[in-house]
Amino acid sequence: MARQLEIDRLSKRFGEITALEDITFQVSAGEIFGLVGSNGAGKTTAMRIVLGVIAADAGEVRWEGTPVRLDTRRRIGYMPEERGLYPRMRVAEQLEYLACLHGMTASAAHASVDAWTERLGVADRRDDDVIKLSLGNQQRVQLAAALVHDPEILVLDEPFSGLDPVAVDVMSAVLRDKAGTGVPVVFSSHQLDLVERLCDRVGIVRHGRMITAGTVDDLRAGGREELIVHAPQAAPGWADRLPGVTVHDHSDGRTRLTLGEDADDQLILRAALATGPVHEFARRRPSLTELFRHIVGPREEIS
Amino acid sequence: MSAETSNDRAIMLIARREISTRLRSKAFRVATLISILILVGIALVSKISSGGPSYQDVGVTPAAASTTDRLTAVARALHIDLRVHDVGEAAGRARVRDGELDGLLVGDDPAAIDVVVQTGLDDDLRSVLQLVAQRAALDRQVSALGGDPATVSAAVAGARVRVTPLERPTETDGQQLALGIITSVLIYMSLLINGQAVAQGVVEEKTSRVVEILLATVRPRQLLIGKVLGLGTVGLIQMAAIALCGIVAGTATGALHMHASATAGTVVWLIIWFLLGYTAYSLAFAGVASLVSRQEDVAAVVTPVLMLLIVGYVIGVSILPSTPDSGFVAALSLIPIFAPTLMPVRLALGVVPAWQAVVSLGGIVVAIPLLLWLSARIYQNAVLHSGARVRLRDAWRTG
Ligand SMILES: Nc1ncnc2c1ncn2[C@@H]1O[C@H](COP(=O)(O)OP(=O)(O)OP(=O)(O)O)[C@@H](O)[C@H]1O
Ligand SMILES: [Mg+2]
Repeated sequence: MARQLEIDRLSKRFGEITALEDITFQVSAGEIFGLVGSNGAGKTTAMRIVLGVIAADAGEVRWEGTPVRLDTRRRIGYMPEERGLYPRMRVAEQLEYLACLHGMTASAAHASVDAWTERLGVADRRDDDVIKLSLGNQQRVQLAAALVHDPEILVLDEPFSGLDPVAVDVMSAVLRDKAGTGVPVVFSSHQLDLVERLCDRVGIVRHGRMITAGTVDDLRAGGREELIVHAPQAAPGWADRLPGVTVHDHSDGRTRLTLGEDADDQLILRAALATGPVHEFARRRPSLTELFRHIVGPREEIS
Repeated sequence: MSAETSNDRAIMLIARREISTRLRSKAFRVATLISILILVGIALVSKISSGGPSYQDVGVTPAAASTTDRLTAVARALHIDLRVHDVGEAAGRARVRDGELDGLLVGDDPAAIDVVVQTGLDDDLRSVLQLVAQRAALDRQVSALGGDPATVSAAVAGARVRVTPLERPTETDGQQLALGIITSVLIYMSLLINGQAVAQGVVEEKTSRVVEILLATVRPRQLLIGKVLGLGTVGLIQMAAIALCGIVAGTATGALHMHASATAGTVVWLIIWFLLGYTAYSLAFAGVASLVSRQEDVAAVVTPVLMLLIVGYVIGVSILPSTPDSGFVAALSLIPIFAPTLMPVRLALGVVPAWQAVVSLGGIVVAIPLLLWLSARIYQNAVLHSGARVRLRDAWRTG
C-alpha cells in the first residue's frame, strides 16, 4: 500500500460560505507539500478536517489507503493556526502530557521532550510557565508539541509565522529531517520564497479548490520565461520588431523581455550585439510569488 | 492496544493533569481555607447559641462527701449532665483554677453548700446546688417535726408532670440539627466550588485554544469525563479535609458529641451524595460553560445551573432546622435536581424513610447518564467554536 496521505474531494460549508469544494491532493511519504492560497482560501479548514477537529460535509482523508480515524490521528503531529497551549503549565510538563496523550510512555515522553526542547532552543525554559515565554518561543514550544510524540505524519498550519530568521532555519531543517525519515509533511504558508525553497511540491488553493499542484518547476511550465538583456548603447525599441518577443520595460540600457513560442533567443542576442556591447544576457525563471500572482490573479494577492 | 484501554488511559491522563494543576492552584487553596474557616465558625457559633450539652464537672471534697448521692439524684431529675469527682481540697482548688472543674464543694453542711468556682457559677449548676441545699434543709425540718425524711423524699420524687403531645414530636435533637446544618453547608459549598471549577476549566481550554490540539488526539467526551473525574477527585479530598476539620472543631468546642454510628452514617451519606451531586452538577456546568469562550462570560452562562443549586440550599437551611419533617422539602429531595442539596441534610437529621432514600438515589443514578449524554453533545458541538457565545439551540443541532 502506498504510504501517502490522500485528501480526497473534501467539501465543507459554513452556513452560506463554501470553505472547501472538492479539494483533492496527495502527499507521499518523505515529501514536503506546501499549501498556499489567499486568505480565506480554505487551507486551515482542510487541515482541521484532516485532524478530525471539524467534520467534512463530504469526502475522505486516507493514510496508507485506509480512512483516517482517531488512532491514526494520534500519530499525526499538528500545529494549529491558532496556537494553543495551557498558559499556566510548565513547558516540559505540558509537552510530556501531550506526548503521553498521543500514546507515548512517560519515560519515552520525558526523553523526547528533552531532545526536542534542546533542538528547538527552548531547553532553558523547560520549567517556566508557557505564558512567560515570548511569542516566538511559545511558537517553538508549539512546534515541539507537534513533534514530541515522534509523529508519522506532520500537518502544520503556518508554522513559520512569527519566527525569527534563526528559528526559520531551524524549523526548515527539522521539516527536511522529518521528511528524510519518510514522514509526509504538509504545511501552509504565505512566505512563498520559503515554500519555493523547501517544498518538493506545492498546491495552490483558491475558493476551496486545488487549482494546481506540482513541483515548482511544473508550475513554471505554465508561465512564460523572461529574458534580461543589458546592452547600454541599445536604443529604446531595439527589440520591438523581433518575432515572438514582448518587451516589458527598458531602462538604463536594461531590457526585460518575455519570449513566446516562436521566439529565437539567438536572433535576440544578435540584435542586441548589433547595438553595441552586451554585458548581460540571462534567462530568469519566474518566482513562485510571480506564478502565484499570475494564477490567482492580481486582485487576490497574498497580503 | 485495544480502543478501550487507550480510551481509559486518555481519561486517566486528563484526570491526572486536572488533579495536579488544581492542587497547585492558589484559588483552590484559598477556597478550601475559607470553607474550613466558615465551618469552624459555625461550630463555634452553634456552641455559643445552644449553650452546649456539655457536662458539669463538680469536685467533692471528703468533707462534703455526704451530698454526693443527693447531687447526682437531683441532677438526673433536672436532666443536667453532671459528673462528680472525689478530690482533696487543695487538688480540687487547683483543678477549678485550671478550668477542669466547674465547681468544688468544700463545706460539710449539706443545707448551706459552699462552692468554689473559677469566676462564676453556671446557672444549671446553681439550680442543682440550690435544690440539694433546699432538700437538706427540708429533711432537717421534717426530722425536727418527727417525720421520716425518706418518705417525704420518695413522695417528692414521685411528683410528676404528665405531658400528652397532640402531634407526633420530631425526633431530632440538637446534635442532629448541628450535623444537618454542617452537612448542608458542606455539600453546597463543595458542589459550588467544584462545579464552578469544571466550568472555568472548560472555558480556559477554549480561551487558550489548547482544545484544538487536544481534540486532535482525544474525543470531546474523553476530555469532558477526564476533567470531571479529576476535579471530582480533588473535590472529594477537599471535602474530606473540610469535614474532618469541622468534626474536630465541633468536638473540641463541645458543639458536637460523637455518637459514632450517627456521625459515621452522616459522613458516608455525605460522600455518596457529594459524588452523585457533583457528577450531575459538574456535567451541567461543563455543558453550559462550553458555550462561551471568555472567562468573563462564564458567570452569566452558568447562572441558571447555579440557581438550582442555590435554591436547594436555601430551602434546606431555611425550612429544615425548624421543620425537619417538612413534607414539601421531602418531596423536593426526591427530585434529582434538588436531591444533592436536600437529601444528605435530611439524612443527617434522621428523618428519611428508607423508601425515600432509595427513590432519590435511583432518580439521580438515572439522571447522570442522561446528563452525560446531553452535556457531551452540547460540549462536542460548542467547544471548538471560539468567539461569540454559541446559542444552546445551535449547539444542540449541529453535528
Ligand atoms: N468556524 C467557521 N465558521 C464560519 N466560517 C468559517 C469557519 N472557519 C472558516 N470559515 C470560513 O471558511 C473559509 C475558509 O477559511 P480558512 O480559515 O480555511 O482559510 P485559510 O486558507 O486558512 O485562510 P488564511 O490564509 O487567512 O489563514 C473562509 O471564508 C472563512 O471565513
Ligand atoms: Mg488559515
